[in-house]
Amino acid sequence: MDEATISKDAEDMARDFDERQKRIDDAIALRRPDRVPIIYYTMFWHASYAGITFKEAMYNYAKVSEVTKKIVLELKPDAVAAPHRATLLGPTMELMGYQQLRWPGHGVGENYSYQYIDREYMKPEEYDDYIEDPGWFYLTRYLPRVAEAFAPMAGLPQPASMQHTRLVYLTRFFTDEVAAGFAQLAKAGREAQVAFDSASEFQVEMAGLGFPMGQMATGPAPYDYFADNMRGSKGIMLDLFRRKDKLLAAMDRATPIILKGLLEMAGQNPCKIVFLPMHWGLDGFMSPDQFKTFFWPHLRKVIVGLIEAGLVPLVLWEGDCTSRLETIADIPAGKAIYWFERTDLFRAKAVLGDVVCLRGNVPASMLNTGTPQDVREYCKKLIEGVGRDGGFILDGGIGIPDEARLENVRAMFQSVRDFSA
Amino acid sequence: MLEELVRTIADMEEELALQVVREFVSGGGDPQQVLDACREAMDLVGKRFEDGEYFLPELMLAGDLLEQISAIVKPLLVGGPQASANTAGTVLIGTVHGDLHDIGKNIVVFMLEVNGYNVIDLGIDVPVEDFVDKVRELKPPVLALSGFLTLAFDSMKETIDALSDAGLRDSLKIMIGGGQVDEAVRSYTNADAFGLNAMDAVSLCRQWLAA
Repeated sequence: MDEATISKDAEDMARDFDERQKRIDDAIALRRPDRVPIIYYTMFWHASYAGITFKEAMYNYAKVSEVTKKIVLELKPDAVAAPHRATLLGPTMELMGYQQLRWPGHGVGENYSYQYIDREYMKPEEYDDYIEDPGWFYLTRYLPRVAEAFAPMAGLPQPASMQHTRLVYLTRFFTDEVAAGFAQLAKAGREAQVAFDSASEFQVEMAGLGFPMGQMATGPAPYDYFADNMRGSKGIMLDLFRRKDKLLAAMDRATPIILKGLLEMAGQNPCKIVFLPMHWGLDGFMSPDQFKTFFWPHLRKVIVGLIEAGLVPLVLWEGDCTSRLETIADIPAGKAIYWFERTDLFRAKAVLGDVVCLRGNVPASMLNTGTPQDVREYCKKLIEGVGRDGGFILDGGIGIPDEARLENVRAMFQSVRDFSA
Repeated sequence: MLEELVRTIADMEEELALQVVREFVSGGGDPQQVLDACREAMDLVGKRFEDGEYFLPELMLAGDLLEQISAIVKPLLVGGPQASANTAGTVLIGTVHGDLHDIGKNIVVFMLEVNGYNVIDLGIDVPVEDFVDKVRELKPPVLALSGFLTLAFDSMKETIDALSDAGLRDSLKIMIGGGQVDEAVRSYTNADAFGLNAMDAVSLCRQWLAA
């Protein structure tokens, strides 16, 4: 290839990138794009696609980049949610002795997705400690329980109580065990940096090929922050009755911390989409009143805070959230994406069509067990019914399921070209 | 006093309910009557869940409260609690292999027990052979397979296929549920029915086990 061809290719790629980005931006802004956009998102489907084990997909950085690139060049999505940061965790988790997940080779088989262990990592009587000083609580209570390398930190005193001569004696708490913990964390940190860099390099490579990222930073709803990772699902449901004021105060404390963390993570990254997957606020998991008291107000602060910082919240509403639609309509219009797993998108469009771009929701069951014809028909209905006037991104209920049939995934990606171009 | 117990449990007034129980037994009240009142209260909780007035948090609290009350009164029972009144039929349940999730399954167990079913829970990540062995041994009329992850679709299918191969399928009604399970998964796995929530499981059992 001569230089002129290479620069022509680069120009084409840059034009493709801008076209795809505009398509996504138009959908978010509730304008009508040239066609319905589609974003590539999966946890482990790339492993099934390439015939590698899920274990390899959690350990082999170069392989995940190579395989995902191949998929992207075949499917040509309008944006790519790189699987790196959510899945290339194996080496670092081993080094830090991470306890909150079971993963291939560590509690589940080589071809299974990693799974979260739902248990109590923060005791009910510890809300006050969190509220008083979340950073100290994290370092000396929470982190030692969820990763072995942090275990020695459990003996550290509250440093903010130390000054003058007592500050001198503070040093005696930094024992050889603590030093060993930090040394182990430094090892884990070096590995995590390699994983992190592989994601960044992939982002640059994708941009060069004309594909924007579909999301970068990820964070929780304040309720899920306590439910998923600290109190456990049973603990937090009991807290709704036994410690409602503490829970609300702790969420008040956590909300600006979560937001600040997301703003730092999103930083200067060209991708402005911030992923917020919801777990414990869906229909059935709490009453509409509980949702309006314990879930939505704090989540809304995160959403609005992101929007005010020029970012685009991508909220994944798992399960069925039909009874929440009117409540969650209360955000600035044309600035976010609501991704629904099982909620009827036609109903969501009727309630939220003027407020937020919708995304979804070809069922996992159809992608895994149905035929390409089933998928085409389903997508056609969504594209023509929900996507007609913009404000819609096609995707699976939760992206592409790990076991999806290739021909069904192809049919989903082809459908935006066939039915909305 | 026991009417007060039924009301406080059903209304989620935990402290009051425990206070009533303590006063009742310290005054020499029959601990078996406390357990009977609990059962009555759980019927109400189940009904309110069915009516969409209560949600998972209420079931969690009711379950936890029941455990606390049992811990108080069971040591006082002469000769142990009377034979369980769970005579509506036996349901074998478990989360299929590869899947470690149990919250949904536990809620189904709770609701089935509240509704009088004798539930045998095999736990999570249950190998196909364990389901087959238990069905052969216990001959339950109903098997309930739970799974949250999409990998469970295949695990459910393998389990049901193995039951067919072992000649155990015909006399067995099988329901599946959890996560993204729907009619397409039911058809794929060859289950008899799927459920979207714990009440669906109860309705299916009522339908299948009606005398």
